[in-house]
Amino acid sequence: MDEHTAPRRDRREGSRRREWARTAAVLAVLLVVLYPLLWMVGTSLKSHTEVNNNVGLLPHHVTWSNYHDGWFGLSVSFGHFFWNSTVIATSVVAGNVVSCLLAAYAFARLRFPLRGMWFAVTIGTLLLPHHVLLIPQYILFKHFGWINTPLPLIVPKFLATEAFFVFLMVQFIRGIPTDLDAAAKIDGCGTLGVFRHVILPLCRPALVTTAIFSFIWTWNDFLLQLIYLNGVDSFTVPVALRVFLDSGGENSVGPLFAMSLLSLLPVFLFFAAFQRLIVEGINTSGLKG
Amino acid sequence: MAVPTAQVQPASVPLRRAKGPVSRGEPVAGYVFLTPWMIGFLGITALPMLYSLYLSFTDYDLFSSPHWVGLANYRRMFTYDPQFWHSVRVTLLYAVISVPAKLLTALGVALLLNRDRRGTGLFRALFYLPSLLGGSVGLAIVWQAMFDRGGAVNEFLGWFGISGKAWVNEPGTALGTLVVLAAWQFGAPMVIFLAGIKQIPPELYEAASVDGAGAWRKFRHITLPMLSPVIFFNLVLETIHAFQGFTSAYVVSNGTGGPTDSTLMYTLMLYLRGFQDFDMGYAAALAWVFLAVIGLLTAVVFRTGRLWVHYGDEA
Repeated sequence: MDEHTAPRRDRREGSRRREWARTAAVLAVLLVVLYPLLWMVGTSLKSHTEVNNNVGLLPHHVTWSNYHDGWFGLSVSFGHFFWNSTVIATSVVAGNVVSCLLAAYAFARLRFPLRGMWFAVTIGTLLLPHHVLLIPQYILFKHFGWINTPLPLIVPKFLATEAFFVFLMVQFIRGIPTDLDAAAKIDGCGTLGVFRHVILPLCRPALVTTAIFSFIWTWNDFLLQLIYLNGVDSFTVPVALRVFLDSGGENSVGPLFAMSLLSLLPVFLFFAAFQRLIVEGINTSGLKG
Repeated sequence: MAVPTAQVQPASVPLRRAKGPVSRGEPVAGYVFLTPWMIGFLGITALPMLYSLYLSFTDYDLFSSPHWVGLANYRRMFTYDPQFWHSVRVTLLYAVISVPAKLLTALGVALLLNRDRRGTGLFRALFYLPSLLGGSVGLAIVWQAMFDRGGAVNEFLGWFGISGKAWVNEPGTALGTLVVLAAWQFGAPMVIFLAGIKQIPPELYEAASVDGAGAWRKFRHITLPMLSPVIFFNLVLETIHAFQGFTSAYVVSNGTGGPTDSTLMYTLMLYLRGFQDFDMGYAAALAWVFLAVIGLLTAVVFRTGRLWVHYGDEA
């Protein structure tokens, strides 16, 4: 401690003040960013009259009636729509995890004629906008008699059509040392054995990432569900919300908000549970939200 | 990568994997593992694409069989469908404003957050949350209400004595609410920026400090160039994303693209022609033009990227 102490303390004071300003700025931005979500929660707890009179964040009187009214707001209850959404989302998770891993293993580890070409094709479909396939696939599935069933939303996922996840897993498998394969082969494993005892267990992080994003994307997806599901019995949550929005009058804002909130809840819970994994997933692969 | 493990293994094992003859049955196994993908690629990607190319030269309403009309769909699009050009303008406007708005917000917040201290992880997660929720119908419904006459936005403006309006119902501002919704989801690019900033060697900043550079010059001459590959990556991703926007436009406009077509995004128009008018041939042509434009755009972005993207290994 010498003659430098005084200026150093000064500088430290300045940097501490800057630090505070920085934190204050972050908190201010955060408030703006989270306001719509908080407002949704608040509004879903307001009564009919309060929704129209009180635009503020907090309800004067908390009421849960919007949840009841919304849940039974259409001819079929939202429980049914949640069930439909869950069935589709979990099937898509299973489909993507299984089929993309099979394809990724072949691309990353096995040698066969035209492998390079097929992999290039996979990369090509990564950038392909889905809209080009909307019309011909609709015609195809209509031919199969699959309209108004969840099949058009599920079956393609069992055929490794999500090139993104194939790519993600190929990259991941490439990071697993091939020595492990070789060792397994010496122990008598064939192609299937290596897959089952080496690749499958070591791929778990990639599989979990795939599962989480498959679920969230499918849960949030609207366009495909809108096209294929047009009977109220087969509606998923987003399609039902949209019909609810269309059918409701002035007094339906509260119930509509309550159901919107519930529709976001599964994604939110996934996020809360796997927050670190999801954010790291973005980092390593540029996954979209 | 090539860790020598020959002490415990016969040398021929790694060698064979590297360039020796392919083990018997491996080509067969390869195609067995690839079967689901192959069926998917041929059955619901490649052949349907070709079919839609054919459809784009036909008149087809799903009920009678397709009727060959040559280039009529494309001619209709470019010469006498005012909605086509209109929706192209709407989509371009949306992309040109929302992508920079989103990326600037993302970069700004990333710079604010870029300090290793307690809470950064939590902040990062909370800022990211809108990226997960923002594409859903539920959120679009909230957005519509928020920008309606009696919504939260007007209440906020009221504090400053500004009398608001029904932003979602005015042709001049409806698209703006969608732009704000897109920019609100800045969390995903922000996370990528944060990771990029962490990669910049601190020595660069130290050296600049020694040379007397201020905060702005450090940002301009170190952060920006070092971050340019990440900016580029985000730009490509977000531009493609913006062109495909559908849900928010559909919900906010009640599935019409209104008021007066001001939110008629390209994908929404494609949906309306195909699944409301059942004009499948025309919709297929629209989709192919969309594909061509996205491809062209990606090529242009990559080409111009060479001019300003700085990769560390070039220096």
